[in-house]
Amino acid sequence: MSGYEARFKVWRGDAGGGGLEDFTVEVNDGEVVLDIVHRLQATQAPDLAVRWNCKAGKCGSCSAEINGRPRLMCMTRMSVFDRAETITITPLRAFPVIRDLVTDVGFNYDKAREVPAFVPPDGLGPGEYRMFQEDVNRSQEFRKCIECFLCQDTCHVVRDHEENKRAFAGPRFLMRVAELDMHPLDAAAGAGLDRGRAAQDEHGLGYCNITKCCTEVCPEGIKITDNALIPLKERAVDRKYDPLVWLGSKIRRRSGA
Amino acid sequence: MATGTESPRQRGGVHTGTRAAITAPHLRTDRWWLAPACTAAGLLAFVVYSTWRAFANADYYAAPYVSPFYSPCLAENCHAMRAGPNADLFGGWWGISPAIIILVFPLGFRLTCYYYRKAYYRAFWASPPACAVAEPHRSYTGESRFPLILQNVHRYFFYAALLVAGVLTYDTVLAFRDQHYRWGHMGLGTLVFLANIVLIWAYTLSCHSCRHIVGGKLKHFSKHPLRYRAWQFVGALNARHMQLAWASLLSVALADLYVYLVASGVFDDPRFF
Amino acid sequence: MAAVERQQWDVVVVGAGGAGLRAAIEARERGARTAVICKSLFGKAHTVMAEGGIAAAMANANENDTWQVHFRDTMRGGKFLNQWRMAELHAREAPERVWELETWGALFDRTADGRISQRNFGGHEYPRLAHVGDRTGLELIRTLQQKIVALQQEDHRATGDYESRLKVFQECTVTRVLKDGERVSGVFGYERETGRFLVLQAPSVILATGGIGKSFKVTSNSWEYTGDGHALALLAGAPLVNMEFVQFHPTGMVWPPSVKGILVTESVRGDGGVLRNSEGKRFMFDYVPDVFKDKYAESEEEADRWYADPDHNRRPPELLPRDEVARAINAEVKAGRGSPHGGVFLDVSTRMPAEVVRRRLPSMYHQFKELADVDITAEPMEVGPTCHYVMGGVAVDSDTAAARGVPGLYAAGEVAGGMHGSNRLGGNSLSDLLVFGRRAGRYAAEYAHGLADRRPPVDEAQVDTAAAEALRPFTAGAADESAAGAGGSVGAGGEAGPPENPYTLHQELQQTMNDLVGIIRREGEMEQALRGLAELRVRARRAGVEGHRQFNPGWHLALDLRNMLLVSECVARAALERTESRGGHTREDHPAMDRAWRNVNLLCSLADPTGGLAAADPARAQIRLARERTEPIRPDLLALFEKEELVKYLAEEELYE
Repeated sequence: MSGYEARFKVWRGDAGGGGLEDFTVEVNDGEVVLDIVHRLQATQAPDLAVRWNCKAGKCGSCSAEINGRPRLMCMTRMSVFDRAETITITPLRAFPVIRDLVTDVGFNYDKAREVPAFVPPDGLGPGEYRMFQEDVNRSQEFRKCIECFLCQDTCHVVRDHEENKRAFAGPRFLMRVAELDMHPLDAAAGAGLDRGRAAQDEHGLGYCNITKCCTEVCPEGIKITDNALIPLKERAVDRKYDPLVWLGSKIRRRSGA
Repeated sequence: MATGTESPRQRGGVHTGTRAAITAPHLRTDRWWLAPACTAAGLLAFVVYSTWRAFANADYYAAPYVSPFYSPCLAENCHAMRAGPNADLFGGWWGISPAIIILVFPLGFRLTCYYYRKAYYRAFWASPPACAVAEPHRSYTGESRFPLILQNVHRYFFYAALLVAGVLTYDTVLAFRDQHYRWGHMGLGTLVFLANIVLIWAYTLSCHSCRHIVGGKLKHFSKHPLRYRAWQFVGALNARHMQLAWASLLSVALADLYVYLVASGVFDDPRFF
Repeated sequence: MAAVERQQWDVVVVGAGGAGLRAAIEARERGARTAVICKSLFGKAHTVMAEGGIAAAMANANENDTWQVHFRDTMRGGKFLNQWRMAELHAREAPERVWELETWGALFDRTADGRISQRNFGGHEYPRLAHVGDRTGLELIRTLQQKIVALQQEDHRATGDYESRLKVFQECTVTRVLKDGERVSGVFGYERETGRFLVLQAPSVILATGGIGKSFKVTSNSWEYTGDGHALALLAGAPLVNMEFVQFHPTGMVWPPSVKGILVTESVRGDGGVLRNSEGKRFMFDYVPDVFKDKYAESEEEADRWYADPDHNRRPPELLPRDEVARAINAEVKAGRGSPHGGVFLDVSTRMPAEVVRRRLPSMYHQFKELADVDITAEPMEVGPTCHYVMGGVAVDSDTAAARGVPGLYAAGEVAGGMHGSNRLGGNSLSDLLVFGRRAGRYAAEYAHGLADRRPPVDEAQVDTAAAEALRPFTAGAADESAAGAGGSVGAGGEAGPPENPYTLHQELQQTMNDLVGIIRREGEMEQALRGLAELRVRARRAGVEGHRQFNPGWHLALDLRNMLLVSECVARAALERTESRGGHTREDHPAMDRAWRNVNLLCSLADPTGGLAAADPARAQIRLARERTEPIRPDLLALFEKEELVKYLAEEELYE
């Protein structure tokens, strides 16, 4: 296998406007899309703006849309494309663009702040935490998240409806709520914080219509919908809609009175 | 959920002013429309078939088999089935097909099922049609308000679906009789019923609500080892919820079709013993 | 001059990796208003790349483990060149730092009785690394990030503003530490997004910028690792120590070319992976050095028994410290027994069932599958050495993390030197970040507090100079002398010539360092490297960029080049000076460890004490070297070792002191 010339369309511009620019670039064996972007920078477009860090799929910086699909550039091998194909690279289309392939992902950092932090249990000091592997497995899956924000980008709730950004935390941060709610030692409930209810009331869980695009794009393979969002919805049902739970709480209240 | 459709001048969604200026609503080059198109075709086919069969009010019993669409049969106008799932709860005033009464439950279960929701939101409502493909609606509130907030009743339907699956299990047991109600026999129909009931249970138990109830709601699996194992079992099924949803949809239609063909005399149920 | 945004803070932390965030948390909790400057987005720091774990003697997996054992392992790993007080503090405090993470929400893998699980790693006598699969660094950074958010939520409740006491400046780069006389007065930097300049006035500045790997071609490090903190310290007048010690991780990917250098975690070996050459031989048995002879297995059978019964068997030689393994691989490849792409084979597929591999090494499985199309559960990996870590760094006070000679300047994490001696053990980095990050935060906050309102003022001339220096690439090649003027010693005529492409310069620099100051070093090659660096330095003055200041990667690289060139010169000069082989410094012409060098530190400082860069004149060095004798190891710490062992390391006179 040897190198070949591939055709690319890369979106260039800023908040004021821009468009797809054509490039022809050399591609070598084993390369990924990010290599091509770097070659563009080094040879044809030194000021082409792009975010990247680890180039190993661990930091989640180089998120973009490749042929219309949200992906990490460092984990998209050129070999998945046909050599004759023109490959289109654009910035994430759910967020405001800054320049070229770089977008303003501040939305995500704002949402992160709205999720109340882990509440440490009273009476347990450092070194006294005892947790069992089966109890931490679920939250550990969610903590694999590299915050590439591809799920936030693809989620049609905010991608197609800018106005929903205010009310909807997005899959990443609903998953964070799930992670904390499933944390074996999180003491939020004791502190008067009902995370399951808050997911629906504060973080916009109801906007999610479980169409699973978040799961589809997750480069870490986290089952966001099945393991985080739906369980959260079920927890909200526990609190608000389950007839048996409702009855049970009524009876308990009455017998307690 | 949504109103209105896209106009070329619409400035929302991916065309919001602050976002990268790209005219195309999406840039996907693969056949992204294939999956929703197949889903829509499959679901439509089932709806057409099941509507016909549900309203037909005929050819749903061929001893010892009762069509799953008509079981349990809860009105006076039901076909009398010896030891079968007859329970005349509605009496004589119910004039139309008794299938309608009972089908509400499996239908509601599937309609509010997390997998089917995904399937029809994508296939019929294009919300979204596929990932990163712009949806044609101007506004969207999802399941956050009426009517779609009612999707939260899925759990009620799950409880009901358990009962229905119980009755269908009973029907399958009855299918081990011959046409003269003698026990210890088997025909091709028995196999069809067996396959169907296994898939129905697998689909019902693989439900996300079920997964939550058996263990998902717990904070500490380590304190509930049995429920943890149940949760793991349901979780393994749940990973195939989509496949099971389709397989059981097909099998229930096939079981009904089988009864129809035998009852309407197209062919006789081949008996093994 | 260019418009500059100004703000006042108590403590400015440069860098938002493990050390930076831990420092910021500590400073904020001690009441200092703290700003964190983050070269990338918040939470993307290079720390996420750490895979194996955090070394801490918690004794969860083996009850014999104590801080003394950890200290001993660390000193052995560093070949006794470690700043022993740092190694001591590190070993003592690491467990507390790990436990503290749990109270902030971290979820480590567990033991059967619910404690933090600990795994084996090269050079550690007992299973000691707290871990989360093979993504421990991510867990660490996320936990610290979320703790910062938690503190901001607290501040929001108290003041209505999330950023009133702790603010993260994302995608900003510091190019100069500003000073008032001897003392730190703040930092100067730019925002990537807008290209605007920023001055944060602060009495305390903590450098936590990580390493220098981007000066090498084959490296596991990300683009951020351009030695910024090292260069900032030098330019501010603080010396660097032992820069010749650069760790080449033995196992980086070697194929395909575009991922060459990406790390293959040491956990692969800790969990049972073995190294083989093209003849199928487990060659590491041939490379156990004398100082480690009695601690490592001599047969494959014994090595294999060790995984199940570590108390009665010696560990496999695959788990020797990294420098030994890297050199061994290098030697095998050189001897013609390498793999098809110039590495050796690292095999787990024949050692563990596929399901176990996928569970214990999920991201390695993923990485090879996605990037190299190799299924590590079915076939061996090809691996080879990759530039991974710099042991050298800012010379700091062991207890306070304060840089020498510059009051108000602190350094923690990889940018600080001394802790790891000549070679770092796997797992000691994450614990280093936490232990010394916290210490730096604490002492920086105390120092700022002690100054009260006698804060050093910012010198406007320095701001103007820094701005001019930062803007130079836009006018490169032009005969505009007004754009030149960083520091005092701009040589006449140095600016002439066509503008240079910063990407090209960077590639040449990487090639030079990789080929000439790499894993095996020779005197002649290093001299050649120094000449090459001097020439690159001159050309780098003409590094030019197209476009404007808004998110312009070419410009950013042009500015980073200054730092990489400075640091590379430090590495090359120190490596040339140290005529022995020790840890991460291997001289082909001086292959043995020399006890006379045991207590010698090499200090790099700027040749021009005014902070100017002798850029224009290739003949002049930018860096001056000085030798310094290390402080004798405290007797009670020395007593932790057997006499026979000390004899191998320490000079005669040290033994009898």
